[in-house]
Amino acid sequence: MSGLLKFITCGSVDDGKSTLIGHMLYDAKLLFADQEHALELDSRVGSREGKLDYSLLLDGLMAEREQGITIDVAYRYFTTEKRSFIVADTPGHEEYTRNMAVGASFADLAVILVDASQGILIQTRRHARICALMGIRHFVFAVNKMDLVHYSQKEFKKIEKEIKKLAIDLDLHQIYVIPVSATEGDNLTIPSSHMPWYTGATLLDTLETVNVEEGMKETGFVMPVQRVCRPNHTFRGFQGQIESGKIEVGEELTVLPSGERAVVDGVFVTDRKETHAQRGQAVTLSLNREIDVSRGCVFVKDTELIVSHMFTASLLWMDDTELMEGKNFFLKIGTKLIPASVMEMKYSIDIHTGEHIAASRLYKNEMGVCDIVTAEEIVYDSFEKRRGMGSFILIDRVTNMTSACGVIEHSLRRAENLTWQKMDITREIRAGKLGQKPVTLWFTGLSGAGKSALANEVEKRLNVSGRYTMLLDGDNIRMGLNKNLGFEQEDRIENIRRIAEVAKLMNDAGLIVLTSFISPFRSDRENARNIIGEENYIEIYVSTPLEECEKRDVKGLYQKAREGKIPNFTGITSPYEEPEHARIVVDTSMQSLEDSVETIMKSLTEEGIIGIH
Amino acid sequence: MEKQELYTHLDALEAEAIYIIREVAAECEKPVMLYSIGKDSSVMLHLAMKAFYPEKPPFPFLHIDTTWKFKEMIAFRDRMAREKDIEMLVYTNEEGVRQGINPFDHGSAYTDIMKTQALKQALSKYGFTAAFGGGRRDEEKSRAKERIFSFRNREQAWDPKNQRPEMWNLYNTQIHKGESIRVFPLSNWTEKDIWQYIEREQIEIVPLYFAKERPIVYRDGNIILVDDDRLPLLPREKVKYERVRFRTLGCYPLTGGVRSEANTLEKIVKETLGAVTSERTSRVIDHEGAGSMERRKREGYF
Repeated sequence: MSGLLKFITCGSVDDGKSTLIGHMLYDAKLLFADQEHALELDSRVGSREGKLDYSLLLDGLMAEREQGITIDVAYRYFTTEKRSFIVADTPGHEEYTRNMAVGASFADLAVILVDASQGILIQTRRHARICALMGIRHFVFAVNKMDLVHYSQKEFKKIEKEIKKLAIDLDLHQIYVIPVSATEGDNLTIPSSHMPWYTGATLLDTLETVNVEEGMKETGFVMPVQRVCRPNHTFRGFQGQIESGKIEVGEELTVLPSGERAVVDGVFVTDRKETHAQRGQAVTLSLNREIDVSRGCVFVKDTELIVSHMFTASLLWMDDTELMEGKNFFLKIGTKLIPASVMEMKYSIDIHTGEHIAASRLYKNEMGVCDIVTAEEIVYDSFEKRRGMGSFILIDRVTNMTSACGVIEHSLRRAENLTWQKMDITREIRAGKLGQKPVTLWFTGLSGAGKSALANEVEKRLNVSGRYTMLLDGDNIRMGLNKNLGFEQEDRIENIRRIAEVAKLMNDAGLIVLTSFISPFRSDRENARNIIGEENYIEIYVSTPLEECEKRDVKGLYQKAREGKIPNFTGITSPYEEPEHARIVVDTSMQSLEDSVETIMKSLTEEGIIGIH
Repeated sequence: MEKQELYTHLDALEAEAIYIIREVAAECEKPVMLYSIGKDSSVMLHLAMKAFYPEKPPFPFLHIDTTWKFKEMIAFRDRMAREKDIEMLVYTNEEGVRQGINPFDHGSAYTDIMKTQALKQALSKYGFTAAFGGGRRDEEKSRAKERIFSFRNREQAWDPKNQRPEMWNLYNTQIHKGESIRVFPLSNWTEKDIWQYIEREQIEIVPLYFAKERPIVYRDGNIILVDDDRLPLLPREKVKYERVRFRTLGCYPLTGGVRSEANTLEKIVKETLGAVTSERTSRVIDHEGAGSMERRKREGYF
């Protein structure tokens, strides 16, 4: 039995979790005097008519004390003569499900509060389900507020029956059911005189004696490589924490995913040279021959892990923006960080009833089952067999948020999997792969206004920040695609239509497109907007006045137009219709090229068009 | 043969801390370890030496010097850096020094300018993307809710309502340019664990932790060491010599000592096990009221 027990407390908002733990610590004389003092002071301001409010001990954040509920996980530490404990006190509210999952992922045992006057609520089911998903195998159900049901054995038995049914539904490994009163202190540390009919252990007794390692069946040696240690040219060691089993100098191990073998010729347990090492220890291993090993590889002996790049997993979605099929992530499993995407959503799980619901998206605090594909083969196992090699997180590649956590149900072989072909690759998927929002930046303005120069500079800036772009201008369009078009009105309309269609296709391919054309007519630009799509069409009006453009006359076109050598020249013999709703306006006669670029970049960033970088 | 050898509570905490320290070294671009010279920092330094052995820690150490630390602390810091052969950066907010900011006249502004601001300046000066701190969750209520990998925005501020979920031991170290992470490998240790580990590993700590006859004054219920002649004595205050020791170390005018006979590690551990006052009461800054630590952390305090 381990000398350290990590457990989580959960229950609905008013179930009294914080009070339960606070009171237990108080009764077990595990509080420091100044904390006790603060508790008494705080209670006078609090509600319980001058009585001690034990929950104040745990509700730490200002926001929580103001709202009177627990928002985030709080960790508490106490030690009795028998054991050391770390308690994760977690919020009960549905909107904080992810915070509860954080606490559950850390714990070996869950204390779930059930209100004796209300019985099992849907929240109770949700909490138990999340704990089970995160791998907790031992559950203590504290049937609280027994004082409110007059310490009735009948009431307790009724609830106990419900709990046993729940345990079967959720396939919980081991359960304990204890009648308590958190405010009055019944059965917390000493047996309650109000409930002589209960002959089982108190809450603290249970926590002190439960063996959470019982029933664990992880066999063989497994160690994910955290880092390669090279202090000099002669020594090369592999550092990591042993996940399971033991290893000795002289034993042969296998490196996954490569499958290469080597013999261990040196073992350091932290800084001590040893002959062997075991589960839980931080070690440095050296091998008898040079083989290719890097961070993310896994050492194994006498056991098998799966090497593949597809698996089916249960996810808990924790991000504000919902999960869509095809979305790209960084997946972290063990010490491996690798690009991955969610290939197919199979169904979501009703977190209260467990019912499977057909779904193609997953929203915050929802659970679901999906297929995931990684960029390369990775080493894993099913979560049921091996917690450490079957759990992972998904990290959003743009926001860096930890968007989901998941557990691997089983592997998928290519042959078994036909869904890949079934899936349609959409614009979102392509853009997601590039990690950007594909839009068209439509530069319009007179000849010589500075459109091309600006578009050029903006494109450079976008590329520097890792964006994938394409610039469409007179040179690459008029010479090829549109070389059969002249400058008559119909041709000008057709010219703009083709450019807009090409821009749209390139947006579909995931690219950010910049176009640089005079495009003088509102109706043409309106047409382009319709083709490209309202939300993707960003009109940038380069409003440099005619006098300035004519003065610059870089290509000598204005002069030729004035001389009548060019018919239908915009600004001279043909009108320029100013945009009425341009998203961005810059005038290169008023500010320098650099400043204009800055203005454009700033608005694009502020409007969230080019992302965060 | 498959029988697990004894694996204690301290073994588990040590392995967890080393795992965290190695993850940062492997994934973060430019880490640094904050070194405050206190007992928790001594434990962190010890863990860092162990984590990478036979290699040296692949990152520098950073001390924020307010210029008001105990003299013995500075001497200890310089000797440790030499003996362990590690890179020790020392940073002081020189602007604060020029303005004559001191703990007597400037109260909480002193902590902000000489500690919080100095730390922010140092982190951005060197461009560190991750900084280890010795904070423990048993110290204070807002710390009890902070993640081990605690994300800081471009202003180096902490947003307690929007912490990244931290699942299993899968730490997310991805950040954007300008953002950073504070990492607390000792999150799950208690004061008692720290002392027991120091005793078990025979870690050297600043002698101020051991009881000795020292020159002190009593001020507002705290025992303040007269460490140099910069401590202005108030009328009716008299320097006395008493056997005292310190449970935490910081700036000497802000650190209260306790009367004690504990002059060996064994005695300190025994005293700590029977302690009735949690250690932060000896930090004068914490008496400002509940929530003050959280406020400082939001502003970038460690």
